[in-house]
Amino acid sequence: MRPDQLLHPTPKGLYCPVGDFYIDPVQPVDRALITHGHADHARTGHHSVWATAQTLDIMAIRYGEKFCIDRNMAELRETFVINGVTIGFWPAGHVLGSAQILVEYEGLRIVASGDYKRRRDPSCQSFEPIPCDVFITEATFALPVFRHPKDTGEIKKLLASIDQFPESAHLVGVYALGKAQRLIALIRETEYNKTIFIHGALKKLCDYYETQGVDLGLLSSATLAKGEKGDFAGSIVMGPPSAFTDKWARRFPDPIICFASGWMQVRQRAKQRGVELPLILSDHCDWDELLDTILEVQPEEVWVTHGRDDALVRWCELNQIKARPLHLVGYEDENE
Amino acid sequence: MENFAHLLDRLILTPSRNGKIRLMAEYFARTPDPDRGYALAAITRDLDVTSVKPAMLRGLMSEHMDEVLFKLSYDYVGDLAETIALVWDSEQRTSGSGRAEKASLRKPATNLSLSRIVETLNTLGKTEAMGQVSDWLDQLDASGRYALLKLMTGGMRIGVSARLAKQTLTEFGKRHIDIDVIEIEELWHGLEIPYEDLFAWLEGKAEKPSHRTAAPFRPVMLANGFSDGDIRKLNPDHYAAEWKWDGIRVQVTSEGDTRRIYSRTGDDISRSFPDLVDAMNFAGSLDGELLVGRPNENGEIEIGSFSDLQQRLNRKTVSKKLMTSHPVVVRTYDLLADETSNLRNQSFEMRRDRLEGFAKKLDPTRFDVSPLVPFQTWDSLAGLRENLPHPVIEGVMIKQWNSIYVPGRPKGPWFKWKKDPMIIDAVLMYAQRGHGRRSSYYSDYTFGVWTEDGSLVPVGKAYFGFTDEELKQIDKFVRNNTIDRFGPVRSVKAQRDFGLVLEIAFEGIQRSKRHKSGVAMRFPRISRLRWDKPPHEADSLTSIESLLTP
Repeated sequence: MRPDQLLHPTPKGLYCPVGDFYIDPVQPVDRALITHGHADHARTGHHSVWATAQTLDIMAIRYGEKFCIDRNMAELRETFVINGVTIGFWPAGHVLGSAQILVEYEGLRIVASGDYKRRRDPSCQSFEPIPCDVFITEATFALPVFRHPKDTGEIKKLLASIDQFPESAHLVGVYALGKAQRLIALIRETEYNKTIFIHGALKKLCDYYETQGVDLGLLSSATLAKGEKGDFAGSIVMGPPSAFTDKWARRFPDPIICFASGWMQVRQRAKQRGVELPLILSDHCDWDELLDTILEVQPEEVWVTHGRDDALVRWCELNQIKARPLHLVGYEDENE
Repeated sequence: MENFAHLLDRLILTPSRNGKIRLMAEYFARTPDPDRGYALAAITRDLDVTSVKPAMLRGLMSEHMDEVLFKLSYDYVGDLAETIALVWDSEQRTSGSGRAEKASLRKPATNLSLSRIVETLNTLGKTEAMGQVSDWLDQLDASGRYALLKLMTGGMRIGVSARLAKQTLTEFGKRHIDIDVIEIEELWHGLEIPYEDLFAWLEGKAEKPSHRTAAPFRPVMLANGFSDGDIRKLNPDHYAAEWKWDGIRVQVTSEGDTRRIYSRTGDDISRSFPDLVDAMNFAGSLDGELLVGRPNENGEIEIGSFSDLQQRLNRKTVSKKLMTSHPVVVRTYDLLADETSNLRNQSFEMRRDRLEGFAKKLDPTRFDVSPLVPFQTWDSLAGLRENLPHPVIEGVMIKQWNSIYVPGRPKGPWFKWKKDPMIIDAVLMYAQRGHGRRSSYYSDYTFGVWTEDGSLVPVGKAYFGFTDEELKQIDKFVRNNTIDRFGPVRSVKAQRDFGLVLEIAFEGIQRSKRHKSGVAMRFPRISRLRWDKPPHEADSLTSIESLLTP
């Protein structure tokens, strides 16, 4: 069997005709295998869903308990069978619960890695390479310009700025699932043990991470009763970036707008968004990590999903690795 | 280098003036000599290092990495120095040679200091410098590489003026000594990079450095604003009046072999005006207004428009053609030094007398004296101010006859009495979010006027002139009446019978090819919110064109 007979792109998402299931479908389907809880990968309205326990929990938090009819928990590193196709979930290191999905049939092994990253993250399990014939990789930051610096240095930048501008509140824009908790966990690995204020949009997921054993330290809601004046000088406030352009942000003194994202590597991107302190911190692999992963997994063939597939495919060509873009639609360009 | 690179990164993205001052002052406090001095010179653009051309950097990259991958990267980033800073990779994984090795051979980080880079560069020619660059790029991180490349391509663009840098030095010095920014402006051109004596003085460790330069800058005396109410209290006999010319205030100084043209803030702008420098065959220091002009058949200098002058501003090099078509002249106000004798301690009356004598020896095609405006009473002066004789006059200056020339803006001796601004009513069309403290407010406004076909065309942008309370009201209006969004910009509902009318004050209006409306305003600001006025009563493009400066 050719690999693209086992798994191929369709308008609804990556489809396996033998097993009659989709991986991360963008429209409601009968059988959906979900890599992780970000909204563009985990959608509501499917009939049966297979995902890790944490991804199922996260979907229930976001969409309510009735996000699908039939919920199936996939144990990490164990396999099961759907319509004769063997399936397995392995950690992807992207966010809590994120997994790569192995699809195996008649000896042909394809790994759909979903979104993944390679560096240490105190808030989720690390990526584990799985031997396979075809490795499906994301390409969000697949350009040689994306070389994320060390996380510790970025955290240091934030803390140094807080020392330097003690009268200001540092408003840090983060994605509610994954980025927020990872950033908090990284800050907690330093001496910083003061209360971190969070926007209401982050609360449920932060609470959930705590139940899963990720210690986030003292968190407090940054909401105020009407007329009350808060004292946020010198503190860290986290919220979705859109909140900082909203009236909500007016309660903070001399705010310094920060944004934790892989996109912050490019100065013009930061400038356009009015970000004063960019923190280069991503849930995705940078260029070097993508190349390292391909070299480590050593697949026969690389398929490239959403992102900057042209550069990654070019690099594979230069290194005599068979590669092709999948042109999947419906996934966001890490709209962090 | 790491600290300098980090400073640049922060400065580029920090909009607040005080924030920039704080970042630079901290850097000066933490960084030893001579690094901080070279950094200061880089910021004030006084640092002159062996430069490289973008083409040389592109050449370097084509050897270093696969061209397709470089092109994809450059297309994405858009800035050559930044692209190279980000893609540079000491292991050359993307070289295209198939040498994909595991990233483990990173060179140990060396202590490559800013001063070592600058001092090394100064000993190298262009080609040698290129050889050295690739070695340094290997040793630096992305921020450091960016700083290095910006340094070597001569384009810092960090939004810090030389003036702001001097104010930072003042703030920095205030931690240890009593100091005013004027003292730094006065000293500046006698100082040498890397400014070790300056920093020693600012830190209270040494005496103030002494003047070592010929033709130094003499800090400029400025006037206070003047309103009708104040006027009656003063005795008109004690004051002289002259026109306030709308060019750029300069100090032209010629001493020994040195000729210098200084801006109001002490920047040396001689290089932009070689035609004027050639004509400075005198010994002394003059205060005056730089304008475009040429003698008429009576030998009197005829002044050109402000847009003529704009052709000559902010140019590093100036062509012969432009110098012929737009010659610059100085209309002098004051004489600060005659030969070597300092006149600043004498009265304005005395200095004016000396100036008129001094001016007789000057090149009459390049210099004249700004005439005094005789007046008897304040009412008669007010009348003259209503009917200014030339479009390049923006009001009257009133100077106490017995005033000595003191730096800064002393209260009392000098006043400026500007003509009233022009006023139009325009309709709010777009609003953009501000920065920093204003990041949750729509605070930058684009406004338009009606064209003949009944649509609005933008004529300008303003972001001040309103109170905090008014800002809240406009912000609310913008949020409630948004019809479209483009990133941080909102398009606001603006129809004939619904919209927000803004009264805009401005200093003049000119033809402009760059703007869709064909006009550009000088210094527009919001003078009033006209909630009461229906948009269709706002001005039209035709009525605005009638205000065009001749």
